[in-house]
Amino acid sequence: MADSPLAIRGLTVSYGQKPAVFSVDMTVQPGAMTAIIGPNGAGKSTLLKAALGIVKPLSGQIQMFGRSLDAQRARIAYVPQRASVDWDFPTRVIDVVLMGLYRELGLLGRVRNSHRATALDCLRRVGMQDFAKRQIGQLSGGQQQRVFLARALAQSADLYLLDEPFAGVDAATEKAIISVLKSLRAEGKTVVVVHHDLATVTDYFDNVFLINTRAVAEGPVAEAFTADTLQAAYGGRLATAQVDQVSRALV
Amino acid sequence: MLTDALLLQLGYNATLVAIGATLLGFAAGSTGTFLFLRKRALVSDAISHATLPGVCLAFILMVALGGDGRNLVGLLVGSAISAWVGLLCLSWLTRRTRLAEDAAIGAVLSVFFGFGIVLLTVIQTMGSGRQAGLEGFLLGSTAGMLWSDAMVIAVGGAVTLLLILVLRRPMTLVAFDPEYASARGLPVHRIDLAMMGLVMAVTVVGLKIVGLILIVALLIIPPVTARFWSDRSDRVVLLGGLIGAVSGYVGAALSASAPDMPTGPIIVLVSFSLFALSLLFAPNRGVLAAVLRHLRFQCRVHLRQGLLALAQGQPIYERLTLRLLRRAGLARADGVATDTGRARAAKALRDERRWQVVRSDQTHEAAAALYDGLRDIETVLTRDQIDEIDRHIGGPQGVPA
Repeated sequence: MADSPLAIRGLTVSYGQKPAVFSVDMTVQPGAMTAIIGPNGAGKSTLLKAALGIVKPLSGQIQMFGRSLDAQRARIAYVPQRASVDWDFPTRVIDVVLMGLYRELGLLGRVRNSHRATALDCLRRVGMQDFAKRQIGQLSGGQQQRVFLARALAQSADLYLLDEPFAGVDAATEKAIISVLKSLRAEGKTVVVVHHDLATVTDYFDNVFLINTRAVAEGPVAEAFTADTLQAAYGGRLATAQVDQVSRALV
Repeated sequence: MLTDALLLQLGYNATLVAIGATLLGFAAGSTGTFLFLRKRALVSDAISHATLPGVCLAFILMVALGGDGRNLVGLLVGSAISAWVGLLCLSWLTRRTRLAEDAAIGAVLSVFFGFGIVLLTVIQTMGSGRQAGLEGFLLGSTAGMLWSDAMVIAVGGAVTLLLILVLRRPMTLVAFDPEYASARGLPVHRIDLAMMGLVMAVTVVGLKIVGLILIVALLIIPPVTARFWSDRSDRVVLLGGLIGAVSGYVGAALSASAPDMPTGPIIVLVSFSLFALSLLFAPNRGVLAAVLRHLRFQCRVHLRQGLLALAQGQPIYERLTLRLLRRAGLARADGVATDTGRARAAKALRDERRWQVVRSDQTHEAAAALYDGLRDIETVLTRDQIDEIDRHIGGPQGVPA
């Protein structure tokens, strides 16, 4: 637990009087890819946002690499949901990636060629180098998602937290993102993804964390991602189509 | 007369006003851009209306202490304090209650302004001659502008611009993606307050020239105008400042060139005319450009559909299609294809078959994503790839690619 990239104890987050996340413990394994899974409104994104201090929890402790969040900000990269920003904002693809270098640039530092080279390299890793000068509104949904990932890569962090990166993206983007995430794991980085597609869990991830307001199951995919735990997490909300998906994935 | 005014030849006061208005316009335009990008433009309206009670209270206090109630610095400090109180009320209402920001703005704006008007009436009864034209702060009054007033504006504007330079990165990041900014440890709420503080500074400094009712125009119109011309936030900030400066300068000169013309409202009208020109004529985002783009696209669609109809020997009913084909020399008036028309039509049909292959073949996934029914296949695939596809299709040979 001490050296876990992300350790959460007794976390409760509430919007108004209804807890979105209740008394959750979570310990992320270093150097692995973990999926946070649960039905709609189960608190997946809230869990991630609370871990990052974006929403204020009612109670609970969060440690990153054994220290407080504020001491470790530089080692953590966040990829928000694509729909959370206005894509008509006047900025180009490369400028968004340069936002990832915010710490290096400081308040008054000039954007040097070395910074641009870093940003372009990150775009290359997600296959978007040809789009550097485009206005962000001209991109497709999948391309926007890849730009967000490139911005996170520019931070060269040790822990990557992604909120639904595969939601509504094309197959090419999904392939590009997953290969980048796997290469991060190969470098020893830790990746945590809020994920909704049960069919791909076994292919993509090492560990799962099932949540439905409360933590339901946690562990390696083979142990924690079973028909029983899914039933416990989703209850009656697991649609027939999803059951089919999962049974195929579990076989 | 107008040229004299534009060349600052109309005397001391007019020159002071023109310089002051230019500086104010630049500060307001660039500050307002961040407010606009954060989608909180109307907050400036609440801030500006909240200055009035402060102006009045400062006047009453200075008179009570036996000083000159008209001291500009004293009045501006008072206005800044009450604007800040209004801002904190607004921020508290939106963060801690279920009130939406627009409703909170309405509440804060009207209550502070109403209170200010009451105080203004009280001051009017305080004794003759001492009222000192505080109503001038409502719409601005430049007639009696002093050197010291211009200095206040110059210093205030310069400090504002310096702070913008320092805070531009965090403010842009927060405006674009507040959650990401928060995840990186930026104090989003404090950066927002800093941005509002800058808006407040511009408002206070601008009270003398444009007044509290119209300052919101100078904060909003230049950024919106600048947005038409650039897709980069740093350039929008700079352009917004320049448009504000030009509006201030030209507006001040115009109002000086004719007797009894109000400076503030003229400045606002000048900035509006720049906005109207941009709205109509800006490339890409302008109305005219959008209409032209649509018409061009419509013509391409019609021409393509016409060619495909010719190739398949179908009659053409749409008159626009027929007219376009005729004008391009592809068809005669009776709808029969010319020689070039037949060749182009055959190629269009063949390209359509080629696209069918591309779109059904996984290996051409990237190219297939570009299909829109209009694009020439040569711009997407190489000669060799097209030849390969043609071997699959077979059919009539000798059709030019």
